[in-house]
Amino acid sequence: MNFMNVFITPLTYAFMQRGLLAGTMVGVLCAVMGTYVVLRGMAFLGDALAHAIMPGVAIAYLLGGNLLLGALVAAAVVALGIGYFSKQGAVREDTAIGILFAAALSLGVAMISSIRSYAVDLSHILFGNVLGVSPADLWITFGLGTVVLLTVVLLYRPFMVISFDPVLAATLRLPAELLRNVMLLLLALTVVISLQTVGVGLAAAMLITPAATAYLLTRRLAPMMFVSAAIGAISSLAGLYLSYYFNIVSGSAIVLTATAIFLAVFLIKRGRR
Amino acid sequence: MTHIPHRLEVENISVAYGDNVILRDISFQVPHGAQIAVVGPNGAGKSTLFKALVGLLPLKNGRILIHGMPLGDHKDCVAYIPQREEVDWRFPVTVTDVVTMGRFNTRGWFARPNRDDHEAVARSLDEMGIANLAKVSISDLSGGQQQRVFLARAIAQEPHILLMDEPFTGVDATTQQVTLNLLDHLRQRQVTAIISTHDLNLAATRFETVMLINKRLVAFGPAKEVLSQENLQKAFGSSLLVMENGAMLVDECCPPDEDHHHP
Ligand SMILES: Nc1ncnc2c1ncn2[C@@H]1O[C@H](COP(=O)(O)OP(=O)(O)OP(=O)(O)O)[C@@H](O)[C@H]1O
Ligand SMILES: [Mg+2]
Repeated sequence: MNFMNVFITPLTYAFMQRGLLAGTMVGVLCAVMGTYVVLRGMAFLGDALAHAIMPGVAIAYLLGGNLLLGALVAAAVVALGIGYFSKQGAVREDTAIGILFAAALSLGVAMISSIRSYAVDLSHILFGNVLGVSPADLWITFGLGTVVLLTVVLLYRPFMVISFDPVLAATLRLPAELLRNVMLLLLALTVVISLQTVGVGLAAAMLITPAATAYLLTRRLAPMMFVSAAIGAISSLAGLYLSYYFNIVSGSAIVLTATAIFLAVFLIKRGRR
Repeated sequence: MTHIPHRLEVENISVAYGDNVILRDISFQVPHGAQIAVVGPNGAGKSTLFKALVGLLPLKNGRILIHGMPLGDHKDCVAYIPQREEVDWRFPVTVTDVVTMGRFNTRGWFARPNRDDHEAVARSLDEMGIANLAKVSISDLSGGQQQRVFLARAIAQEPHILLMDEPFTGVDATTQQVTLNLLDHLRQRQVTAIISTHDLNLAATRFETVMLINKRLVAFGPAKEVLSQENLQKAFGSSLLVMENGAMLVDECCPPDEDHHHP
């Protein structure tokens, strides 16, 4: 088997083609939104959102509906819920997130555990099943992904200001509250889309690791986003090939690839100092 | 004769973080082009007052008028230079990026900065003597340079009112001088400036008007009257040291108790 064949052989399968397409889109999307997650210190929130989507996915699964749709509904409910609890000021935001996220995860697992094929289904939801991506899923991913990326491009400057300097945002009379909610919504959408490739358990890693790596390599926001996107895409592609040849769960392979890139960059940077 | 409203009128405002009321019943008026020093001990609410003035913190009661109109009716006439500890210096932006942010409002949010904006940015970098740092990442700047970046941004904003939170703390003599020169320029341009400082000497010598606060307004008016020993004692309590020659110093080593155990 020559070198090119290593890359081409898997592409003869339609499911693999779809997986690679979906994986790359998700990799890019997570990496771009991840830039804000890393810079604004929202890692915990990203992880929580991912887990909190579980019940929605579980219900969709039990009813035989579209998983993405179920996840979408759940994400909207959770994002609003976090806003509601922390806005009252009765509990701190991270406490509210912690409670909601643990409850939602438990509810999700409880529902799925009532099905017979429990173990397999749960592992797909937790760690993704990128090779099971249907053509319809691919279109939804593409559509939602485009919406998220366009919004990020359009709101590039306002997002930068509310993240870097909320006081300036206020003096410029930016609708900071609204912008924060939009950002939260985009984050929720991103997490939902990443369900198929890396699952709820690993979505946070795809948000954080490529962006954290890019942070080490760049000094401005836009380049950070591009480098992060490139790392996200490469991790997804490389991870899927690894998953194909070594028969490991796709989500794990993708996240481990991203982590390997992070470690390499970190150590090289360290060595230079 | 038509009545010209004060540039800034603050009427009975109270400001709180949650249920913790920091400022109570503060009222004062600032005419056009005035320059005011705000002094008070750590935790007195100087930064809190500034944040309220830009509309960042909601008012529990009272109101703030600028040019006779409520806060919020104006787009870009207040500029704010934050206390340096309040900025995330690890954020991936360059000096130019930061100064350009001051221009974002001029042409709407989606428009890219145009030639005018670039020129305004270059001019303010020049004025602050940091044109050579334009492409440098803000994480690589010294304290004084950081200060000047924010001064440059404020100039680029072309404000009517400029708020500076402790611009003289922890910067070198050059930056202090640059800041003082800027204040002179601003005076000529009729820009109102409100500056918080811990340097009582500076407040007494460089500002005609001084505001002394500690949660409440202790005194407001001509520097000589406000900075009397009695007033200072009221505001600073035991951390005020009176020297034998009558000079007064504020002992900064021990911040007030509230700072140690707020929730
Ligand atoms: N974000 C916040 N949430 C809750 N309390 C706060 C917050 N920021 C400040 N405080 C409290 O408000 C009080 C006034 O703080 P502020 O920063 O306005 O004082 P300051 O006069 O600027 O002090 P310094 O001279 O140290 O800068 C302090 O007791 C502080 O603990
Ligand atoms: Mg302060």
